[in-house]
Amino acid sequence: MFKIRKENLNDLYAKISESMGLYIPIKKAGEVNYHVWGEGKEVSLETLKTVRSPKDAFFPQTENMMKFKTEGKNIDIIDVRDEKRPFVLFGVKACDYKAIEVLDKVFLMDPVDTYYKARRDAITIVTLACSKPEESCFCSVFGIDATAPCGDVTAWLDENYLYWQANTQKGEELTGKVSALFEKGGEEEVKSQQEQTKTILAKLPFATLDLSRFKPENLNELFNAPEWESLSEACLGCGTCTFVCPTCQCFDIRDFKTRDGVLRYRCWDSCMYSDFTLMAHGNSRTTQMQRYRQRFMHKLVYYPSQNDGLYSCVGCGRCVNKCPQRLNIVKVINTLGGKKND
Amino acid sequence: MIEENLIPKVGVITNVRKDTPDVKTFRVVGTDGKKLFKHMPGQCAMVSVPGVGECMFSITSSPTNEEYMEFSIKKCGCVTEVIHSMEEGSQVTVRGPYGRNFPVEEDFKGKDLLFIAGGIGLAPLRSVINYVRHYRNNYGKVVVVYGARSADDLVDFEEIKTEWKNEPNFEVYLTIDRPQEGWNDHVGFVPSYVKELGLDPNMTAVLCGPPIMIKFTLAGLLELGFDKSRVYTTLELRMKCGIGKCGRCNVGDKFVCKDGPVFRMDQLDELPDEY
Repeated sequence: MFKIRKENLNDLYAKISESMGLYIPIKKAGEVNYHVWGEGKEVSLETLKTVRSPKDAFFPQTENMMKFKTEGKNIDIIDVRDEKRPFVLFGVKACDYKAIEVLDKVFLMDPVDTYYKARRDAITIVTLACSKPEESCFCSVFGIDATAPCGDVTAWLDENYLYWQANTQKGEELTGKVSALFEKGGEEEVKSQQEQTKTILAKLPFATLDLSRFKPENLNELFNAPEWESLSEACLGCGTCTFVCPTCQCFDIRDFKTRDGVLRYRCWDSCMYSDFTLMAHGNSRTTQMQRYRQRFMHKLVYYPSQNDGLYSCVGCGRCVNKCPQRLNIVKVINTLGGKKND
Repeated sequence: MIEENLIPKVGVITNVRKDTPDVKTFRVVGTDGKKLFKHMPGQCAMVSVPGVGECMFSITSSPTNEEYMEFSIKKCGCVTEVIHSMEEGSQVTVRGPYGRNFPVEEDFKGKDLLFIAGGIGLAPLRSVINYVRHYRNNYGKVVVVYGARSADDLVDFEEIKTEWKNEPNFEVYLTIDRPQEGWNDHVGFVPSYVKELGLDPNMTAVLCGPPIMIKFTLAGLLELGFDKSRVYTTLELRMKCGIGKCGRCNVGDKFVCKDGPVFRMDQLDELPDEY
């Protein structure tokens, strides 16, 4: 294990940036999100939850796919992708790292999404253990250890140092580039921080959520549960939950007419929207209840059924904090699990 | 090398046939004049008009046709509206094939086959019917029941009249909703016609058509003693990617683009009723 004094972190960022892109939580206009690092940027590793998850880095909100040039009846298809420069995604929390595993299963499973793969292959992920989880966090319910996230490198932060441990080949390579800035040590400090964090995690209000009813064999029973009506009653269909969610992956493919042809791009979409499933001859989900149910059934039943029981919720708590109507997955788990919401 | 799934190829329309007042069949090849890609009966392709949109269509021609692909397209939305205005030489983009095909080389082999279609529902069935005709010795007796609103709404009527009706051990029953001058075949809805025909319940059945027709025809077949595990159909939902990533064509834990569009009725029974 290595360590670096907090006041020297800027040197670490600068060193990484010499050869790779660096995406790191940066405060901008009052919000902390992952942005490209540069001198003078206000890095905030202490921020527990970036407003948006790091999924933007490899599944951007909008992405150009191809261009079409049309002349008379003729169509030319032009691949607009450029080579992806290697980059480091720095400061990824355990929940968000698990979310990347969830997305990988979607996009890298055969048939492979080549757009996603190109970006994903270019990333080295430096995760950062949590030391101050808050009341909306419930990653432990999904078996995630916030004190020991995986990734190519795992880092821990305390008042004085950032501790660093490479886990993979990619992580070793990155370590090799910056090791001149490091000193050895930190095992004791990390261990004591982990123990302290675990006592907080155990006390969090959602730590006792019971997922036992959310199994593939209960698919139809849960789908037909009468509780969906009251659970979804207040939903505005704004889609905020899907945009801040680290595992939501639905996208749209659209064409945009430009002066010199047609640009085809993809962008995030949301199963909360009424036209998400709209066809020329009808719509398979006509009510907000159906759309609301789809989102949670996907996270808690459909996805696990296709992925060996892995849930596609990671307990980051963003939807708990951001839903304007105070609806969220915790309420769904409690209500359908037969528990009362406080 | 990983296959590019989302980047289409350019397709040239080499023939347009007007089948009904709102259905046209388009013959498509690559810019090199050759067939764009291989497929199996029941599989689909994404056809697009750049700047307008991209939609999933079943490939109606048989895989045994090595020269071109055909799409029978009903005019019912903004993309199909533009496609219907196209003529010989017009270009579209095509990507695919997507989805699972009918089990023509597995479960269908050696079986007596019953095909029931309504309206544009013939499009996906035509591919498998012509495949079966091509490898005729691999299959038993074939019965086709095909209905439409009127005689003018039967898709690809020429091929049915001149080829299918003359095929040995191959019965074709046509029906239209209301009587019409010059129509000598049956008049009535498909579900009741199927019951009247008293079909052998040991046949393997394939249903394709509007949801209401499928619902009542299936009920009729079950009354006749058909088993759901030998009745197939295809589903159709909104799709964007075709490879199970964009998240909109799922029914329960199955994606229609990837796990379908072909489903067995007993498989559908296990899925939530949301299609």
